[in-house]
Amino acid sequence: MSAARTGNSSVLSHALKDALIAAIVAFGLFMLLLGFLTDDSRGPLRLLTRPVLLATTIGIVFVGRFLISLIYYNATTLRYYLGALWTAICSLAREFKIALVVLLLLIGGGWVFFSPKDWPLILITVATILIGVRFGFSAALLVFAALFPVAFYNNPYFLGIAIIILTYVMLGWGLNIVVGLAGLLDLGYVAFYAVGAYSYAIIAQAYGWSFWVCLPLAGLFAAFFGILLGFPVLRLRGDYLAIVTLAFGEIVRIVLLNWVSLTNGPNGIGSIPRASFFGIPFNATETGFAAKFGLEFDPTHRTVFLFYVILALALITNWVTIRLRKLPVGRAWEALREDEIAVRSLGINPTNTKLTAFAIGAMFGGFAGAFFATRQGFISPDSFTFPESALILAIVVLGGMGSQIGVAIAATVMTASFELFREFEQFRLVIFGFAMVGIMIWRPRGLVSTREPTAYLKERKTISVEHVTEGRG
Amino acid sequence: MTSAPILSLQNLTMRFGGLLAVDDLSFNAKRGDITALIGPNGAGKTTVFNCITGFYEPTSGSIHVTHDDGKKFALEKLPDFKIAQRVHVARTFQNIRLFAGMTALENLLVAQHNRLMIASGYTIFGLFGLPGYRKAEREAVELARHWLEKTQLTERADDPAGSLPYGAQRRLEIARAMCTRPVLLCLDEPAAGLNPRESDELNVLLRSIKNETKTSILLIEHDMNVVMEISDHVVVLDHGKKISEGTPDYIRNDQKVIAAYLGVEEDAVEKVEAEVGL
Repeated sequence: MSAARTGNSSVLSHALKDALIAAIVAFGLFMLLLGFLTDDSRGPLRLLTRPVLLATTIGIVFVGRFLISLIYYNATTLRYYLGALWTAICSLAREFKIALVVLLLLIGGGWVFFSPKDWPLILITVATILIGVRFGFSAALLVFAALFPVAFYNNPYFLGIAIIILTYVMLGWGLNIVVGLAGLLDLGYVAFYAVGAYSYAIIAQAYGWSFWVCLPLAGLFAAFFGILLGFPVLRLRGDYLAIVTLAFGEIVRIVLLNWVSLTNGPNGIGSIPRASFFGIPFNATETGFAAKFGLEFDPTHRTVFLFYVILALALITNWVTIRLRKLPVGRAWEALREDEIAVRSLGINPTNTKLTAFAIGAMFGGFAGAFFATRQGFISPDSFTFPESALILAIVVLGGMGSQIGVAIAATVMTASFELFREFEQFRLVIFGFAMVGIMIWRPRGLVSTREPTAYLKERKTISVEHVTEGRG
Repeated sequence: MTSAPILSLQNLTMRFGGLLAVDDLSFNAKRGDITALIGPNGAGKTTVFNCITGFYEPTSGSIHVTHDDGKKFALEKLPDFKIAQRVHVARTFQNIRLFAGMTALENLLVAQHNRLMIASGYTIFGLFGLPGYRKAEREAVELARHWLEKTQLTERADDPAGSLPYGAQRRLEIARAMCTRPVLLCLDEPAAGLNPRESDELNVLLRSIKNETKTSILLIEHDMNVVMEISDHVVVLDHGKKISEGTPDYIRNDQKVIAAYLGVEEDAVEKVEAEVGL
């Protein structure tokens, strides 16, 4: 460490020198290419100069090269200083915990004093940080999610995006059971999402049953389809399994397209009954939610309600998965991912074990599908194409197979960035591709690639990535 | 307590296309004994193992396991996991097959899957953490702790199996097999890659398994130290055929076995083959 410290000034000057050389080379290269422009659009040929563009380019090269040589070639030094800084912050936070809380409250209070309109945002920020310091990252995320509608009540656009994000978090967690825990590569997960959505739409329309009755039915239907698919295909392994599940996804979509009498074909099913507040509809009538609770009618009520429904569904998925991992069936899934032959030698029925993984994963996909149908009010086979399956799988892979928190972060980043880059429609997939390549280089096993043991004798030790098998189907 | 042998093979034949891996093999393994299966490389020992544990379906012949209560099972038609589940035959593998990303303790808990599965009401009771399941889980951890102590792995219980040294992985695989509470334990070269001290410790472990749990052991082994010291009965295979069988002392001095292992002069081969009747 002391070597790293003494090398500090030379590291900095070395990086500066390196960046300067790169800037000079860039100047030589770009002077003629970017610095001058011949233009004949208006009258005779003229020579234009573009000093700003040239300077910007060289500036980018300089800064970029400086950062690269600082970070890349001197990673140890940098890591040492960052580490020291982080340790200092942590120990400060630990030493002055009460002071920190007071400081936060003071800042929050001052903020409220100067701009009282922002109080929900301030509340959520302060609460999240406090919970995060005390109980850790996951708890902070949970509090943030729970308070989100309070802070962004006046921003239906944000609420809408949050609902979409949570839907994908739930789908990611559902698929995580199949891919992350049991190690079965499923490329047709969207089929179960579709089965859930369509069974909800058809049952709700035909029988007029409420959302809370149809939701479990949709999940059961999807689970049934999971078993139906599982029986013939689970004897396949790896690539073969992936291809068959891919085909199953397409078959379901094509059946939905062509079975016009049941699904209304490509026109889709419209006017699906909206979710009600346990029987009380969200509308402006006398018997509506607003009137019953003495509120002024506001369409956001429904959005907030939907937000909490999907949050609850996602959290149930998470809770069940965490519980299942610690039960024999969950351990058998992970064992199956690690080594199927050893699993069989211990008297565990591999087919049943895989089927339960498929069925439970499919069931959560079905729940998400039912929610999707009631939120949209309209579904068509277009919503259940292969890229959707690929997106959900990408969420699981990016998040780190088997990691709940990693999948949640990946789903948030992917879905939110798709929304943020909506203006750059054409470049979205390019950015997506770059992000994937970046992950492959720096985090080939996903954001969170460690594994938490499900039982321990003395102490719980996180298992590092090199021991964990990815599973070959 | 029945007097029938724990394992009985009759006319077992295994053919892979044109290759006759096991040729009309019959032998018995006595209840409570350590029976060793030895032979030069490629003699068909592991194939016999795979037939017994159901990973291969034999071309012909029969394999029977008889439990202490006299219940008899025909293994030749049962799939692998049912043999482990119902007949309680456990095995280890020549190239270690642990769940590398799971801790040593988790490996031993996976081995108790069927018992825990019933206790957890096929997951439903377990999901809500009912007391019956929690008790069963505590018992499972206790059994695991017992075998971790036996195999001197208590210190490494919470480390991933893949990070253990080679000898410890071998021992953990035996502990995992024992956690299935087997009546017959099949060990495929348990001493392979162990140093002399470790193979002495293995002898102690196998003897204590035999004496304390009354589990019968069938083992394939090349390490003659282990074979000669602990086995009660030795079966020698060469080219899929049984060439000799008897106590370790008898096998040690059997000319046919020496010939199969060490090779002999041309004329001696003919002499021996004439004796064997080839």
